[in-house]
Amino acid sequence: MSGALFLAQRATAVLLAWAVAAHLALIIHAERAGLTAGAILARTQHNGAFLAFYGLFVVAAAIHAPIGLRNVLAEWTGWRGRSLDAAMAGFALALLWLGLRAAYAMFAA
Amino acid sequence: MEAAPLDVSIRRGTGGREARYDAFRVPRRENQTVLDVVTEIQREQDETLSYRFACRVGMCGSCAMTVNGRPRWTCRTRVAEVAGRQGRLRLEPLRNLPVIKDLAVDMAPFFEKWRAAKGFFEPGEAPPDDFLAVAPASPSRQAADEGIECINCGVCYAACEVVGWNPDYLGPAALNRAWTLANDVRDQGQEARLAAVSGAAGCQSCHTHMACTELCPKALQPTYAIAGLKRLALRRALGRKG
Repeated sequence: MSGALFLAQRATAVLLAWAVAAHLALIIHAERAGLTAGAILARTQHNGAFLAFYGLFVVAAAIHAPIGLRNVLAEWTGWRGRSLDAAMAGFALALLWLGLRAAYAMFAA
Repeated sequence: MEAAPLDVSIRRGTGGREARYDAFRVPRRENQTVLDVVTEIQREQDETLSYRFACRVGMCGSCAMTVNGRPRWTCRTRVAEVAGRQGRLRLEPLRNLPVIKDLAVDMAPFFEKWRAAKGFFEPGEAPPDDFLAVAPASPSRQAADEGIECINCGVCYAACEVVGWNPDYLGPAALNRAWTLANDVRDQGQEARLAAVSGAAGCQSCHTHMACTELCPKALQPTYAIAGLKRLALRRALGRKG
């Protein structure tokens, strides 16, 4: 792994450690409070803080996960080189697109 | 009662599919080392057996082999420590290196990585006029001290899973050497060295499994040396010096 990828993965790991904890706390809170889907949407709609948090979460995950997966695939399957890099860039874009779309849908619903 | 003879299984051939295991029986002797066993087999039973050794006293680092699954110096490994109650020895060449024949491996890739990691002193274009003072108690000197006893036996390299997964990975020995030089205030090649050990096959690939540190016969700790390089590389990436 190159130094830049290493730094990107470690930096996003720091963000994700907090983001995942907050995400889990939110889920547990929503579950315990017995919120319906409608009640949840009412809280997320036009909520800038919600969009900023999940936007950041998605960006961090879209950077972090493909770097780790690239390493796992290179070491365990021997897949290396540009084709792997291209596939992982595609995976990153897919995560980014799907995640941001979902976060925006909750914001704009 | 005399102990039962040792059952020794030795991997033969040049590796790959034609490799096979040959069985030998060797009498047990007092204070017998694994190297004694290999030498006895070669002298008394099969003179075509190839292996490598030189000093026999743990100074040269040339007799390393895989003994019952673990890389070890055979000259400093007593049979009693490893053969168990059954008295079995399974001897194979070091992992992660091409086999020349039987128990002798080609160390060339190992030493090429020392060069690739710039594991050599770089005096610079214009050496200083006077001696540089290196205080023995300074943190950098002490960090270097912890890693300078390496004798290039290749045990850590053979133990490293990451080398097994990624044959380009520089490996614990080369990175440990780079770390000792990174702590040498006289060295003028720090930027180039840090760039060399921060590439795709460099220190960031280490998974911190610590097999190198566990098995180093000199009790060195390459894992910590590699962690030191990771810190230096991170500081460099963030644009901070030192």
